[in-house]
Amino acid sequence: MKRKTKQKIVKTSSIIILLLGALIMLVPFLWMVSTSLKNLGDVFKYPPTFFGSEIKWQNYADVFHTIDFMGMMKNTVIVTVVVAVGQLLTSAMAGFAFSYLEFRGRETIFRIFLFAVMIPFHVMLIPTFVIMRDLHLLNSLWALILPCIISPLGAFMMRQSYMSVPRSLGEAASLDGCNPVGIWWKIYLPLSKPTLATLAIFSFMQTWNDFIRPLIFLNSNQKMTLTLGLYNMMGNYATNWGLMMAAVILSILPVLVLYLCLQDFFVEGIAMAGLKG
Amino acid sequence: MRTKKLKKDGLWAIFFLAPAVIGLCAFTIYPLVESLHISFTSWDLFSDKVFVGLKNFIDLFHDPTGLKVFRNTVVFTLLAVPIQIVISFFLAVALNQKIRGIRFFRGAYFLPAIASMVSISIVWQWLFNTDFGIVNYVIKMFGGSGVPWLTSTKYSLWTIIIVSCWKGMGYNMMIFLAGLQGVPSTYYEAAEMDGCTGLSRLVKIVIPLIKPTTLYVSITCVINSMQVFDQVMIITGGGPARSSSVLVQYLYENAFDYYKMGYASAIGWVMAIFIFILSVIQFKAMSNDDYSIE
Repeated sequence: MKRKTKQKIVKTSSIIILLLGALIMLVPFLWMVSTSLKNLGDVFKYPPTFFGSEIKWQNYADVFHTIDFMGMMKNTVIVTVVVAVGQLLTSAMAGFAFSYLEFRGRETIFRIFLFAVMIPFHVMLIPTFVIMRDLHLLNSLWALILPCIISPLGAFMMRQSYMSVPRSLGEAASLDGCNPVGIWWKIYLPLSKPTLATLAIFSFMQTWNDFIRPLIFLNSNQKMTLTLGLYNMMGNYATNWGLMMAAVILSILPVLVLYLCLQDFFVEGIAMAGLKG
Repeated sequence: MRTKKLKKDGLWAIFFLAPAVIGLCAFTIYPLVESLHISFTSWDLFSDKVFVGLKNFIDLFHDPTGLKVFRNTVVFTLLAVPIQIVISFFLAVALNQKIRGIRFFRGAYFLPAIASMVSISIVWQWLFNTDFGIVNYVIKMFGGSGVPWLTSTKYSLWTIIIVSCWKGMGYNMMIFLAGLQGVPSTYYEAAEMDGCTGLSRLVKIVIPLIKPTTLYVSITCVINSMQVFDQVMIITGGGPARSSSVLVQYLYENAFDYYKMGYASAIGWVMAIFIFILSVIQFKAMSNDDYSIE
């Protein structure tokens, strides 16, 4: 009996803590929605109220008039998709070579990849900028895509995943006349779907939210991505909080929808990253 | 037979590795070496590089601003990382029970993690507004006085810390939760039989068992914190009076505002060495786990 009451206390206090935490997490989002629907007079009213004197949907429409929102969205989607596909493909291929194929220098090359995982990309920004300048790719989406199209971490993760595939599967297929491309494509790739999903999510979040690369490599309005667009908009409309909040919400919305549809994928992917490194 | 197989695989290996290796050489190895080269020169991006030896590195440790941003970055890391880890750990423990609404909590906590730091920072800049922000409104509601979050040298770094913790907590909680769920329930049952429950169970069983997870979260957090940039750039711009300015921002300014490429590269290398050491520690520690690289 006593144990039961104790358990109940633990559970109730847990729920209270969790609810309090959830409140802290959600209030900024709710306030963002509230502000995005206010006119300027209500935004700067004190004390603040959750609902303004009118519901100003116009703020959302104004976002599309003040900045080229759809253009930015298009650029962001292009970069994100190309980078994700590129990373998955190059990582899966490299991971297969590191785990299944036998060749001289395998360990050395793998170690170089591991080494690359540990280097922060900031140290490479200046030379990358120079490369892009010399290739005349500054202010082009390629400047965001090319440096990110391979992922040493991705190659490492794919290799770890492929190491758990029994070699005999590939060897049996090899005896049936299947070449390594076939073995990779038909056996290894389907078996590594969870790792591919994790990698895709990481790649997506990283590229979609990237700020410093667009800031350095892009400068024209036509090539801008969402993060950079919001940052520049902030410089011009910093006190028009209704408009700014509407723009922020519009930029978060696609990711939010994706997250809500794939919540379990996200959760499992992150859990796996935590367990595997 | 053996050599024949080796040779055959060798050609295939070239095919499979070519894209990754070419990319790695062009956009990691070469830039890394080149940035080391630049760090030994004085260069404005346009004229010829002038070799100056270790001057940039020596300057960095005599530059009051350089030391200040370095100090800010370290203070930020030393505060933001433990706060985040402690809170997210306890949230994960609280969530690791049979309670209703687990999907709701998980969703709520993870929400900040999926949004970009840029959008989160813009929102918080509004919430932290001294006169009209909701944070100060709530403080005043409880009888406190408004805090100049963005415009005071005393609070600006704290503002960045709060936003960073708020955004990072859900993500770290999720990793802790996965670690906690990996603890077999038999351990809990055995502990219970020995009369070990509640806090003592937490200290004696749970914390030692999820040590690998804690280590992973800690080092990842430290590495990310050392590279803090987006939120600083947007919320305070590093100000006032550089009170919230950090390393990557100083690197960015030197490179793309002042065109001091050599100096900026030196900053980058100092940072990279720090992070490299941390990563090696993390990697070694993780390798002692159930999987290893060999």
